[in-house]
Amino acid sequence: MSMHGVQNEEKIELSKEETKAVRARSMRLLGSVIRPVRNRLWVSLALVVGAQALRVSLTWLIATKIIDEALPQALKGSFDMLWFTVIAYLLGAIASSALISFFVRFAARINQDIMLNLRTRLFRHTQKLSVEFHETYTSGRVISRQTNDLDSIMELLNSGGNEMIAGLLYMIFTAIGLILLDPTSFGIVLVSFVPLFFLTRWFQKNTRLNYRKTRVASAKVIVHFVETMTGIRAVKAFRKENSNEVKYSDLVEDYRAVNAKVIQLFGIFDPGLILIGRITAAVVLLVGGLRVADGDLKIGALLGCVLYVSSFYDPMEQLAMFYNSFQSANSGLEKISGVLEEKPSVEEPTNPAVLAEAKGHIEFDKVRFAYSNGKEVLPEFTLDIPAGQTIALVGTTGAGKSTLAKLVSRFYDPIDGQVRLDGYDLRLLTDENLRRAVVMVTQEAYLFSGSVADNIALGKPGASALEIESAARAVGAHDFITALPDGYDTDVNKRGGRVSAGQRQLISFARAFIADPAVLILDEATASLDIPSERLVQHGLKTLLADRTAIIIAHRLSTVSIADRVLVMEHGRIIEDDSPAKLIAGTGKFSKMHKAWRDSLV
Amino acid sequence: MSEKTAKAGSIRTLARILPYTKKALPRIILGMVAALAAHMLALSIPNFLRGLVDGITSKTTFDQILTPVLWVLGLGVLEALMVLGRRWLVLTPGTHVEANLRRTLYAKLQNLPVAFHDRWPSGQLLSRSTQDLSLIRRWLSFGLVLLVANGITIVIGLGVLYSYSWILGTIFLVIVAPLWIIGFRFEKDYHITARKSQDQSGDLATSVEQSVHGIRVLKAFGRGGFITEKFARDAAELRKTELTKARMVSVLWWYLSVIPELALGVSLFVGVWLMQNGQLTIGGLVAFIFTTRVLHWPMDSIGFLLSMTIDAQTAVERFFEVLDEPIGIDDPNKALKVEKLEGRLVFEDVHFRYQDAPESEPDLLSGINLELQPGESVALIGVTGCGKTTLTALATRLYEVTSGSIKVDGVDIRELNRIELRSHIAMAFEDATLFSASIRENVLLGNPDASEEDLHEALAIAQAQFAYDLPEGLDTKIGEEGLSLSGGQRQRLALARAVAAKPAILVLDDPLSALDVDTEAMVEDALRTVLKATTALIVAHRPSTVQLADRVALMQDGKITAFGKHSELLATNEHYRFVISSLDAAGELIEVK
Repeated sequence: MSMHGVQNEEKIELSKEETKAVRARSMRLLGSVIRPVRNRLWVSLALVVGAQALRVSLTWLIATKIIDEALPQALKGSFDMLWFTVIAYLLGAIASSALISFFVRFAARINQDIMLNLRTRLFRHTQKLSVEFHETYTSGRVISRQTNDLDSIMELLNSGGNEMIAGLLYMIFTAIGLILLDPTSFGIVLVSFVPLFFLTRWFQKNTRLNYRKTRVASAKVIVHFVETMTGIRAVKAFRKENSNEVKYSDLVEDYRAVNAKVIQLFGIFDPGLILIGRITAAVVLLVGGLRVADGDLKIGALLGCVLYVSSFYDPMEQLAMFYNSFQSANSGLEKISGVLEEKPSVEEPTNPAVLAEAKGHIEFDKVRFAYSNGKEVLPEFTLDIPAGQTIALVGTTGAGKSTLAKLVSRFYDPIDGQVRLDGYDLRLLTDENLRRAVVMVTQEAYLFSGSVADNIALGKPGASALEIESAARAVGAHDFITALPDGYDTDVNKRGGRVSAGQRQLISFARAFIADPAVLILDEATASLDIPSERLVQHGLKTLLADRTAIIIAHRLSTVSIADRVLVMEHGRIIEDDSPAKLIAGTGKFSKMHKAWRDSLV
Repeated sequence: MSEKTAKAGSIRTLARILPYTKKALPRIILGMVAALAAHMLALSIPNFLRGLVDGITSKTTFDQILTPVLWVLGLGVLEALMVLGRRWLVLTPGTHVEANLRRTLYAKLQNLPVAFHDRWPSGQLLSRSTQDLSLIRRWLSFGLVLLVANGITIVIGLGVLYSYSWILGTIFLVIVAPLWIIGFRFEKDYHITARKSQDQSGDLATSVEQSVHGIRVLKAFGRGGFITEKFARDAAELRKTELTKARMVSVLWWYLSVIPELALGVSLFVGVWLMQNGQLTIGGLVAFIFTTRVLHWPMDSIGFLLSMTIDAQTAVERFFEVLDEPIGIDDPNKALKVEKLEGRLVFEDVHFRYQDAPESEPDLLSGINLELQPGESVALIGVTGCGKTTLTALATRLYEVTSGSIKVDGVDIRELNRIELRSHIAMAFEDATLFSASIRENVLLGNPDASEEDLHEALAIAQAQFAYDLPEGLDTKIGEEGLSLSGGQRQRLALARAVAAKPAILVLDDPLSALDVDTEAMVEDALRTVLKATTALIVAHRPSTVQLADRVALMQDGKITAFGKHSELLATNEHYRFVISSLDAAGELIEVK
């Protein structure tokens, strides 16, 4: 099974090759985000090595120098050594703390740079991916890649990474200190590695399994919650509250049970570490004490050994936890690298042609289109739309009208043949170039958070207030906008629920108007408008479409009135193509539709 | 606010969580005891070290060493057991409290009116239900327990230090004391920055969400680059805030790690001097050093335990923000029951305004009077934004009238339980919400006991026969986790759902807007048979939909300004013609060129 891109990303058990492929690509991604900061990573490593080495040697200083040497001298009345060692100790403490503090700051900068890089890269890439990808992958997953999965990586970098490195180094240096101080005590610590190993392995194995389970369980709770809240009207209207409560309660309990299990694993692991630490320390103390009695070991050295041993196991919990956050970050990384591996099915040209001033001449040359699942939507056809012509596309649902429109706006590329604008294959034009020339307005009038003016200006970033207003006037949106509490500055999010569907559509019309493209495509763009608004838009369209090419798709034939030419589509084929007057006069499908429509009007 | 009242406030806020922790509380308190006991055991170990160190001479026997070592071992094992006990006592009850709070919040949210949900984005509610509640859980079973235990341990630990030498104890205390002032100051500043970074990352999440939901618009206008730049700028802002946070943390770390070391260094020097004067034994010094090490973690932890407490307080606050919200639209104390509804729906002088509408704005609905006889269907007509959808939502109490009343069969709808009211009135919304469940479950949502025939009939009326051709037929899962359907398909299923509920009263809000002309005609033909027997209120934009209804009500400026048959109104009412007719102002049909 292919693991390319986002295919099969939900799969839990992977074969060997699959694991290898997925791991390779997430490591590549990791490498690519680390490369720009790798020099600084070495510096930060040096900082933490220095800090931890100092920290460990301070204990050594207390044990062997202060207690075993300076103390006896001081008791004899000579304080020089004591002064010297205590000041050295204080300086060492200051230096080690300063290094650690500097490391925290330095590492944060690296982590934040990595996150910024990854965040914007993923955002940019998802924006580039084609509509087809978004439609099949679903918005929920795209969002979760950019939020949850990135968060898990950030968590790893922020807490896990720093603490893990610091903790690991602390353990290594403590071990070195112990070897230097007293190899026998280190031998005892080595023995304790046996139970330590089994405890840690038990912990990791159990947490890894249960960790995945918690993620699945918590995702279910979240999905159900969001669905209820976004569909609250339907929930209430159809009295789904009680059954919802039962279901949610079960999901919450499932999550609680598995979460409690994970927490309890920590609840055993942590005291387990303490137990191993205490027993080892007691054995060190016993063996060391006997040797002190025999005169083989000094008191200070014994103290040093006990101090080393009792703090040796402290970072273990962090290390074990790091493994978990690494697991979750890794699965995030695998999924993110999958998304980044997806190629936009609509690719940018490598050697783009430059279309300075588009006229709007569109040609379909032996074009055929099928979805990636093989289902043919448009069998081969050829069509020429001269610049400036207004085309109405009519036909039943599923006839292929929207697909044809999406080929012009290059949401998709044809399987065979070429779509050309002013003689250039669309695949030769840069996205920016194409979008300046071709704009599509759909039924789905999405508003972004921000003011009404911001939303209109999306069609032309940097547009002046005057331009925005005249665009709104042209499509008949000015009156209702000025009636909003803050006029053009009204935040659509705050009152977004109260801007009616029709008003949304008017705003999105104004957005298209201000973009001033050579080719305008209206895909069911008037469906939610009431008749007075539609009338206003129609009037506006007459002037708007006068000097540009337009493709209008509408269920309602009122729009046809402003078209120069009508194309009737059925099952992906153009079955009628003529001026509206001639078609109406004829006996074809359009003539019948038009008659039915006129009858329905009054 | 002074420090003191702020603290009292925060304790009072946190105390509000108590009623939800009743069952867990005894175990949490026992957990504190266990935590304290563990710390006490750790604190007592150095005392045996002192005995051991002071007792060691060349004549010491094996037994003389073994006894204190066994003590140290025994106490250490006991300490580990106490830690195990604390975790065992506290962890499971904590998760129960969390689950309990989560269910309470969900139930409350389902009970709150639609107006509340209009104001609150679901993301805000979600973060309360997830992060906030798990924070409260961690605070209860970890933060609170350790804050109490560690606080007491520090006080007792200082006492122990004094017991080894009052001079050393005092030196240590004086040097370490500023740590708490630094800690408190840090908490205050850090809290603000942390909140800022939470808000900023919330904004980023919103940008992500919008960039994905609005992808078609962004593609159509080629604004991907534009919005990416904006996103990158916001992300860079977040980075800045995070770096500020890191700087604050690094300063705190500096103090936290350097101050205890300074205290130890000075104590060492003084300790040796004391030994020379015979005021301290070597064992005493060793025990002192060891005790400061034991106290290291409780002292370090106070800072982050406090910050956890502050975060928990915010979380509790945010939780109760929702829980304190008045239900607004509630069931009556003594609900009436209506066995079988005839279906008379009457609006009497209904006024409505959104609570957050500015004072200067007139009521959205200002005196609606409308009467639907049983079995009658009425179309509701008016320009976009005039309040048609709002009026339909009032009938099922999704919103509540500001004044006036709505009656079914002569009973004020506020006298009925909401569940009962909504079992009599079924709705289809313009934007069709389907849930992640099978087609069958979605359609039968309002009437789970309906027969298979009813289901097929409803699907037929709504022209939703496409459902049979889906991969698993009527058992195909749809919704966010299932198959995605087109707008027209969703709308037809939502219509089928309303029909399948077999209500006495049907409320349809522009239910056919996403359908093509042919399908619309078929649905209308099928709907006519249903509407003969059912009272219906239909929001319409098109003449074809209007013709489904027996009579038409025209809305204008928050009132019904005309009521009658379509043809009558068309002949007599100019505003009606303006709203519904495709005749141009000049009275001509907009003709094809």
